[in-house]
Amino acid sequence: MGFLSHGFIQKALLAGSFIAISCSTLGVFLVLRRLSLIGDGLAHVTFGGVALGMVFGILPLYAAIPVVMASSIAILKLVERARLFGDAAIGMVSSLGIAGGIVLASVAGGFNIDLFSYLFGNILAISKSEVITSMGVSMGVIVMVLLLFHELFSLTFDEESARASGIKTGRINTILVLLTALTVVLAMKVVGIMLISSLLIVPPVTALQIARSFKSTMALASGISVLSVVAGIFLSVVLDLPTGATIVILNFIFFITCLLYRRLRN
Amino acid sequence: MSVAVGVQELSFAYNSIHVLSNVTFTLNAGDYCGLVGPNGSGKTTLIRILLGFDIPSTGSVALFGENPLTFGSWDRIGYVPQRLVAFNPYFPATVEEVVGLGLLSKHRFPRRPAAHETASIDRVLKMMDIVEIKNKLIGELSGGQQQRTFIARALVSEPDLLILDEPTAALDPEIREHFFGLLRDLNERSGITILIVTHDIGSIGKYASTLLYLDKKVIFHGSFDEFCFSADMGEYFGPFSQHVICHRHD
Repeated sequence: MGFLSHGFIQKALLAGSFIAISCSTLGVFLVLRRLSLIGDGLAHVTFGGVALGMVFGILPLYAAIPVVMASSIAILKLVERARLFGDAAIGMVSSLGIAGGIVLASVAGGFNIDLFSYLFGNILAISKSEVITSMGVSMGVIVMVLLLFHELFSLTFDEESARASGIKTGRINTILVLLTALTVVLAMKVVGIMLISSLLIVPPVTALQIARSFKSTMALASGISVLSVVAGIFLSVVLDLPTGATIVILNFIFFITCLLYRRLRN
Repeated sequence: MSVAVGVQELSFAYNSIHVLSNVTFTLNAGDYCGLVGPNGSGKTTLIRILLGFDIPSTGSVALFGENPLTFGSWDRIGYVPQRLVAFNPYFPATVEEVVGLGLLSKHRFPRRPAAHETASIDRVLKMMDIVEIKNKLIGELSGGQQQRTFIARALVSEPDLLILDEPTAALDPEIREHFFGLLRDLNERSGITILIVTHDIGSIGKYASTLLYLDKKVIFHGSFDEFCFSADMGEYFGPFSQHVICHRHD
């Protein structure tokens, strides 16, 4: 337990836990609405945002937030105005994000170590200001989800009935994708752009194997997500493994365990 | 008698295809109306316009005298969507949680049902005879139990008007008949106005107080007996078909 005295581990645990909770709570709504891949698409856009930050000398986290939020709105507008299916809109915006990132990285003199650290994540190297931003934004996301919990639940269960209850479903959808955009940018530091969608998808899918109510799904997804981040950080330090990938593999181990448990129980 | 639903010279076209043409009818408070008609006759479109999901090309609709687009009292409306499209069968929500969603129409931001409203949930669970399954996941129920849960959700806010869009699709004829009877009891006991879309004209005729036959326009609006003895309907359906439909009523 001597690890805990290291400042970098404390920062990683603190930021990672908050990000894990915001990812998993939003992830439950995304998975059940079959919007899981929006996280993957926005993660690709994050690459463009990071490259933009590097070219203009802005902290990549701050540069990526507005770029990814604007892209999330673009996905919604493409679906509404251009009458595209959601997956096509996500595919278009995400490939534009990657293409933009490659061009910007090339302008900046090619790929460097910093850019690779964003691709694969390195939460152990998170700075104090990034910890504060991550905690603040995560808390904002969690508070918004709590305030809108019943609207999101209703919309996720049955959008038509939610509309017939007077819920402004368009507005709630916009808020959901904006919160997802914010969370995706934060999660980039934990597991990297390549693996962000796993933090959004795997804990909710794991919770769905064993949960017996909607509220317990949310609680279990958060618990599993925090557990995998905390255990992943410890294991990666002890075994000298890449932290992001270790967290993702642990998430999959939890998923298999819960799947087996459900099959045995039934 | 107050008017629950008023539709005046309503027309609706989608991509230049006329879906509804000059539809006019009124539902009085306390009516139990079966909305029937063939596939593509505009029944679901009419429901969508009544709920403010679609905007009419011409004409007007009113819920309790108000335009649905500016309607603010959604707790007065209970809605049961088509069963097959209503939800993901693996959704991890209990019967009690699903029914509780019906209370959201009574609240504004943040929409959070108050603690004392759990009594309303218990009341409709009892009314629909689903108390014993309240902790079960919605996907674990039979079709009939799911339908009762969705009606309980629509009734929990104590609405004045219940709108049901083909709630009995894919249910056995026996369960369907039972369901129509359940609605009649509700209508008689609490005076709630009911508008139900169904294909089963013979069965709904036995239970509803009025029939509205739609085929892009209103073909018939009146009681089932009037329908059975209408010369116009005999001509429209052919005497044999009219006899078959009405024979099932006996």
